[in-house]
Amino acid sequence: MKFRRFYAIYRKEGLHIVRDWRSLALALAIPAMLLLLFGYALTLDVDKIPTAIYDQGRTPQSRDLIAHFQGSRYFNIVDLNATYSSIEKSINRSKIIVGMVIPKDFGRTIMSSETAKVQLILDGSDSNTASIASGYANALIATYSGEVRDRELSLHGTPKVKLPVDVRIRMLYNSELKSKNFIIPGLISVILMLVAAMLTSLTIAREWESGTMEQLLSTPVRPIELLMGKLCAYFVLGMADMALALILGIGVFRVPLHGSAVLLAVSSMLYLFGALCWGILISTIARTQQVAFQISLLTSFLPSFLLSGFIYSLDNMPWIIQQISRIFPARYFVAILQGVFLKGIGLPLLWTNLLFLLVYALVVFAIANKKLRPKIA
Amino acid sequence: MWERIYEILKKEIRQSLRDPKLRGVMFFPPIMQMLVFGFAVSLDVNNVKLGWLDMDQTEQSRGLLRKFEGTPYFTLKGVARDEKQAQALLDSGAVDAVVRIPYNFGADVSRMKQTEVQVLVDGSNSNTAAIVGNYATGVIAGFNAETLASQRTARLVDSTRNGPVRLAVPTVEAETRVWFNPDLKSRNYFVPGILVNIIMIVTLNMTAMSIVREKEIGTMEQIMVTPIRPFELMIGKTLPFALIGFLESIFVTALALLIFNVPFRGSVLLLAGAASLFLLSMLGLGLFLSTISHTQQQASMTSFFFIQPAFMLSGFTFPIRNMPTPVQWITYLNPLRYFMDIVRGVFLKGAGIDALWSQMLLLGVFGVAILVSSALRFHKRLD
Repeated sequence: MKFRRFYAIYRKEGLHIVRDWRSLALALAIPAMLLLLFGYALTLDVDKIPTAIYDQGRTPQSRDLIAHFQGSRYFNIVDLNATYSSIEKSINRSKIIVGMVIPKDFGRTIMSSETAKVQLILDGSDSNTASIASGYANALIATYSGEVRDRELSLHGTPKVKLPVDVRIRMLYNSELKSKNFIIPGLISVILMLVAAMLTSLTIAREWESGTMEQLLSTPVRPIELLMGKLCAYFVLGMADMALALILGIGVFRVPLHGSAVLLAVSSMLYLFGALCWGILISTIARTQQVAFQISLLTSFLPSFLLSGFIYSLDNMPWIIQQISRIFPARYFVAILQGVFLKGIGLPLLWTNLLFLLVYALVVFAIANKKLRPKIA
Repeated sequence: MWERIYEILKKEIRQSLRDPKLRGVMFFPPIMQMLVFGFAVSLDVNNVKLGWLDMDQTEQSRGLLRKFEGTPYFTLKGVARDEKQAQALLDSGAVDAVVRIPYNFGADVSRMKQTEVQVLVDGSNSNTAAIVGNYATGVIAGFNAETLASQRTARLVDSTRNGPVRLAVPTVEAETRVWFNPDLKSRNYFVPGILVNIIMIVTLNMTAMSIVREKEIGTMEQIMVTPIRPFELMIGKTLPFALIGFLESIFVTALALLIFNVPFRGSVLLLAGAASLFLLSMLGLGLFLSTISHTQQQASMTSFFFIQPAFMLSGFTFPIRNMPTPVQWITYLNPLRYFMDIVRGVFLKGAGIDALWSQMLLLGVFGVAILVSSALRFHKRLD
């Protein structure tokens, strides 16, 4: 392998990227757009849940309970004078998610020291929001119930009955429960895959399609030089995206980085290298760009998006899907990213993931190299 | 005129069914997507790996553990002996949450002295964490209620020596009723949404590709020298894909109902009507893409640029309600958003035209606007 020939290929590939606005957009604009979307606009955090309240009794007690809901940042009371039919209508039109009905005898029941019931009606179609909303509403009602009980007991001069077990929930690693804190680190894997596999998969197919491969073959360039030249050009691009992701993620969106930056860099390089080799491999197998693009969409973008634990937790997928996810590098890299960013854990816990990335990269590189050789030589 | 349109139509249908690649694009990816998305996309939390740090080791603490294990959500996956081990379990991801029982837990509970149980939740996935926190609170609330009830009877027996003591205290309980999706399965929410995505990808891609292919292989010039007019060509080029898109929707809907058992409560007619309106926008976008691309390669890449943000901003996973206001305004320009609302409304809520008319109207307006402006652009390019 000669540096001069390698460098020539590297430069040629760099020029290709810069001159075609579509590749450049795919390489820089799409990652930037994804980062902006996830950092700024897309969140799974459930707050300001639109709520309607039907207070049948309008007693001081029910107003007290409503005040609890009004004071909570999780609920946004859009209608205080609802009725059964208006709740039904609003839920059907997706105007509200929670409807609360406080019965007529609510105040009287509490005064007579019995159990008062309030009805919560939830729009379950968005099951995730509904179950979180139900948890918040139940917690608020439980708090109110405790207050009512204490007030009653102090009237009678009896000491307060304390709940036997007081539960303290502590959220580790991401104490504010911001979804962007786990999504943005995971997004790095999607972005690297996008640049690596999807762009790279086109490069050799493009040479075949436009007939420039024959021209390349007539030059003294060797397969390994061709491979390395192309890999390096896209490697630089991938690292630029990585830098973009870190600058936007940490600098602008304030995602905490608790772990080691070195580990982050090393694992990203390994993952990127593996992904690039995968792209080259697709490119050597598929002779047309069209087919290469479709294959890489299916084997790189979709798995890194869906089967990586980046948004949708792997633990809750059916067994067979979990097994399928194991053959793609994305899940290992996402585990490293989330571990390093949020948990601040290091090699002792992550070395198996790192090892997998290394093995994957080497194996795919070897296959790509082998496949490319006979086609060129 | 009709004769010429008919000829183009015939050619187009024959061509798309003959080309194995196009045939593949038509059927293979939709099925794959339906399966992978349907199985993988879920925000349910039904399997929480539980860690247990019991510093008390009494009958009472084991009782609490049995309560946790008795729920369908928690599975005991690790027992820690001290804080350090608990931390290690959480760090390695071996467990999602650790329940920490303090010393004297059993004694405090039986003496009715309040004790504090800590639940350490791995918050890295904020969504899972919030739900795990809710589950844990629920389990402990159940434990509390039982303990209180048994203590109350014990106290009643106690107090009879000094005369009866009134122990009734008021409580407030929530009675929760979940509509449309009582088991709170996120699959019921996501699968209808996948339908939207698939229709978009297939029709958008195919329309753009079929026109660009003619340009690429040079047959566009041949078509132009025939007496066909641009307007007729456009109809001939889009109508087959509208048809295919429509058949595809039926096919994918059937798949959704059969494999994933998603409820379908609304009117088929309404869904079909909405799908046709949605197809207008997609065909229009396809035409537009074909005017800015010269090769099939460029067309499929460019359509990826459109599809990605449109899908993200459709409310499929991320509720539009949670987006910042300026972004919410942008989503009003996204035809996907309206169709997503309609599809979910029809599938899950059985919503009718009275609830969905505004979405239908906007979908129609967008469809016609996009189609007409793209057609004009296409026309101009052709001349």
